[in-house]
Amino acid sequence: MAKPQGNRVKLLIGTRKGAFTLTSDPVRSTWNLEGPLYLGHIVHHYMVDPRDANSQVMAMKAGHLGPTVFYSKDAGKTWKESSKPPQFPKAPEKSGTPDPDKSLSEMTESTKGDQTGKEGSADGAKDGSAVDLVFWLTPGHESQPGVWYAGTAPPGMFITTDGGDTWAPVDGFNKYCETSDGLHGEGATPGGQLTHSILIDPRDAKHMYVSISVGGTFETTDAGATWTPINKGIQADFLPDPDTPYGHDPHFVVMHPQNPDRLYQQNHCGIYRIDRPDAKWVRIGDNMPKEAGDIGFPIVVHPHDVDRAWVFPMDGTEVWPRTSPGGRPAVYETKDGGSSWHRHDKGLPAEHGYFTVKRQAMCADAAVPLGLYFGTTCGEVWGSLDEGASYNCLVRHLPEIYSITATLD
Amino acid sequence: MLVHIPSPLRSYTKGASKVDADGASVDELLNHLDKQFPGIKFRMIDEQSRMRQHIKIFVNKETVETVKAPLKSADEVHIICALSGG
Repeated sequence: MAKPQGNRVKLLIGTRKGAFTLTSDPVRSTWNLEGPLYLGHIVHHYMVDPRDANSQVMAMKAGHLGPTVFYSKDAGKTWKESSKPPQFPKAPEKSGTPDPDKSLSEMTESTKGDQTGKEGSADGAKDGSAVDLVFWLTPGHESQPGVWYAGTAPPGMFITTDGGDTWAPVDGFNKYCETSDGLHGEGATPGGQLTHSILIDPRDAKHMYVSISVGGTFETTDAGATWTPINKGIQADFLPDPDTPYGHDPHFVVMHPQNPDRLYQQNHCGIYRIDRPDAKWVRIGDNMPKEAGDIGFPIVVHPHDVDRAWVFPMDGTEVWPRTSPGGRPAVYETKDGGSSWHRHDKGLPAEHGYFTVKRQAMCADAAVPLGLYFGTTCGEVWGSLDEGASYNCLVRHLPEIYSITATLD
Repeated sequence: MLVHIPSPLRSYTKGASKVDADGASVDELLNHLDKQFPGIKFRMIDEQSRMRQHIKIFVNKETVETVKAPLKSADEVHIICALSGG
């Protein structure tokens, strides 16, 4: 085995109760935990900017309070709250006078909230969407310093051009969701509909893929002005129409950094791969061992090998326990683009390990050999320094882990 | 007028549990609070001017349902984070 190069790895950890950092020594043998930052706040995503390691952004919420974003320009030493967090446009104030420019059907639609009590209310409150939580953060294209994208629930997409201080709606995406049946739900399955996996083609800043849980994956080639579903081949066995163009449930989609035409997807209904310009996903999870199945949340690719990827299966049977299948947690690896998968459980609990790993809570570093890390629903961070073959518990007793990002310090 | 700030929002008020703010309505009061303590309003009121699910505002011990509720200068306002969850 090659000796690790001299890089300290820092893991940025977002949890249900605050943020932490876990930093290694130069050979990744000892780890130092720091934090918590913002104890008690829900940190859905904690990211570093690969274009500028001093730039970090956190998507946050508190149990009683609305969503917000914090950003740092000095590698996490100090933080500021966004002066304008992601928010949908204000709906027009309602009045008692009918708007002559509105059709009857539009007026009926706009008053629906009053009847359900969910949106709009008496006495001047407004219809219209409100961001419930900021779930996802993606640094922008290499050519666009300061640009980040955010994904929200209900499904929405937002952009900042100043490193996280002020955010504006990506109107093309948000209008597409609002005007498409079933893409603007709130409080659906656990966690509800969420925008996630915002992927930017390193060859073209205008070419992006975005996914919505219980919504599907969508592509734009004009910087978000227009969108096209790209879900052919993905199963949706929970829907009455399995051939629907969207409505699928991607859990996590990743673009290979060296071959942006190769996408992998961990879906509610299996593991998939697509090689653009193909328009149809292939279910590579069919090649997983049957006892593990191919349900899970995260999927991680090897940054230098387009055919290598890792998943962390969970129990998706019957009522969806969302625990490690059989109480025996394991990482599964493919080295051939999903034609075959190999179980790795060395160091992990051999039995009675009933945790799982959420969609942003698994990542790789860029060191040699590659380090692979995952955080669990019971607050443990596990790391592999041999490219996913064996694991050590790096820290335990943290709150439920929502996201892990690795950066070389 | 006197405004009582609940503990989850005191990071904005530098720890103060009581602050002064003015306004002829709850919305104006919250705007004045936001001027003094940037960001505090959006944590309580969403972009459609609706109170967030776990926020309650009391004026002189009476709960108000809308930010359009009127205020008088002698009123006392309590912002409450509803006890919920675990």
